[in-house]
Amino acid sequence: MPDVKMIVNGKKVSGFVECRTLLVEFIRNDLQLTGTHVGCDTSQCGACAIHVDGKLVKACTMLALEANSCEVSTIEGQANEDGSLNFIQQAFKDHHGLQCGFCTPGMVMATADLLKTNSKPTELEIRDHLEGNICRCTGYHNIVKAILAASGQDTSLIAAE
Amino acid sequence: MYNFEFKQPKTISEALTALKSDEAQALAGGQTLIPTMKQRLASPSSIVSLSEIPEMKGICKNDDGSISIGGGTTHADVANNSNIFPGLVTLAENIGDAAVRNRGTIGGSLANNDPAACYPAAALSAGATIVTNAREISADDFFQGMFETALDEGEIILSVRFPVPFLSSYQKFIQPASRFAMVGVFLSNFDNGIRVAVTGASEEGVYRWVEAEGALKDNFSESALNDLLIEPKGIIGDIHASKEYRAHLIKVMTKRAVKSAS
Ligand SMILES: Cc1cc2nc3c(=O)[nH]c(=O)nc-3n(C[C@H](O)[C@H](O)[C@H](O)COP(=O)(O)OP(=O)(O)OC[C@H]3O[C@@H](n4cnc5c(N)ncnc54)[C@H](O)[C@@H]3O)c2cc1C
Ligand code: FES
Ligand code: FES
Repeated sequence: MPDVKMIVNGKKVSGFVECRTLLVEFIRNDLQLTGTHVGCDTSQCGACAIHVDGKLVKACTMLALEANSCEVSTIEGQANEDGSLNFIQQAFKDHHGLQCGFCTPGMVMATADLLKTNSKPTELEIRDHLEGNICRCTGYHNIVKAILAASGQDTSLIAAE
Repeated sequence: MYNFEFKQPKTISEALTALKSDEAQALAGGQTLIPTMKQRLASPSSIVSLSEIPEMKGICKNDDGSISIGGGTTHADVANNSNIFPGLVTLAENIGDAAVRNRGTIGGSLANNDPAACYPAAALSAGATIVTNAREISADDFFQGMFETALDEGEIILSVRFPVPFLSSYQKFIQPASRFAMVGVFLSNFDNGIRVAVTGASEEGVYRWVEAEGALKDNFSESALNDLLIEPKGIIGDIHASKEYRAHLIKVMTKRAVKSAS
């Protein structure tokens, strides 16, 4: 089996994979980082969203071998160094931006990607950037609110719950 | 998905050699091919990744004013490039979602020729030229019906050359589940004529709406389209939209394209 090496959340990792092993399978099964979820087989739900070389991608729609020599960040690398929730995670908690939590790792990774290039997104820009992340619980409203809060904006700007 | 051999060549010539092997298939962004392989609708025995070939990426302006987009250029890179004309920027910005746009490529989209894909409409409307390792194919000859193109086995799209229209617009009515086009209309206005291409609507895949082109040539306004009739025959009908509804949308989206062209 071919070998694969990458840097995941700042740590060097390596392993042997089948050619068909998806990046999300390597992350979940080999590295045991099970925060990255799989919610579909059709590349539509975004539960598997991670960053590869700084870009938001769906880990279920990329082969592990395609991420060879890349830098990968997953939800496990998002907390602050002391283990406390980072500002995005804290805002999701404070604003009830999750219910079952299945979509949340992908939502947080998509949000981190958005705020990197747009520190004060509008409601429309937030909804647009989350286009590829499906949530079956919240109705999205509190997710949008959490992201407005995480970017230091007035959450009363969006309609009442 | 079934297992396969994986190759990641660094040059076009290595890729072409690798693609000569039996049942080898090119992999670009994987945003169509990987889900298709998961469903076992494709089961190549060898996958040749094109994503490590620098020669296939990037956008440049040619001496004659046209622009060339490398076949391996992602939708995100097209959306963020200042040489790209307005209709094409809107198109690239609205494909799927941010993660899909970071991986999916123009070459993959054209080669796949999904009947609801966006890029085929741009290529046909602007009269683009598809440049492969073997030849140059005009968009008029490239698209040959749903998921069918003029590409031969093992032939790859190296770049796509777009003449730049002085006015353009892409108007997409989004199919809410897939984010593809329920109906999409690309309009290009050149000194020597107007070209209107429609995607998402026809059972034959992308096509030119020549009656609209003629009407708009004489009178570039929304009202020029009022009297044109679109027969539902040959239009796609499914659970998302009936034939009649899609036929209606073609005119609506074309009017919007005329109104918003810039
Ligand atoms: C959730 C989701 C939403 C989407 N929404 C849209 C949308 O709104 N509009 C839209 O147009 N598309 C949409 N897509 C499709 C997306 O644009 C794909 O990226 C694109 O259709 C295929 O490009 P790819 O680079 O991913 O190709 P791949 O999936 O890697 O390949 C597709 C096919 O093209 C062949 N191929 C790839 N590159 C070349 C080349 N250079 N030369 C010859 N053959 C090649 C492959 O062998 C394969 O048969 C969506 C996809 C997803 C998952
Ligand atoms: S698991 Fe659904 S998009 Fe990746
Ligand atoms: S919180 Fe349950 S899917 Fe989003």
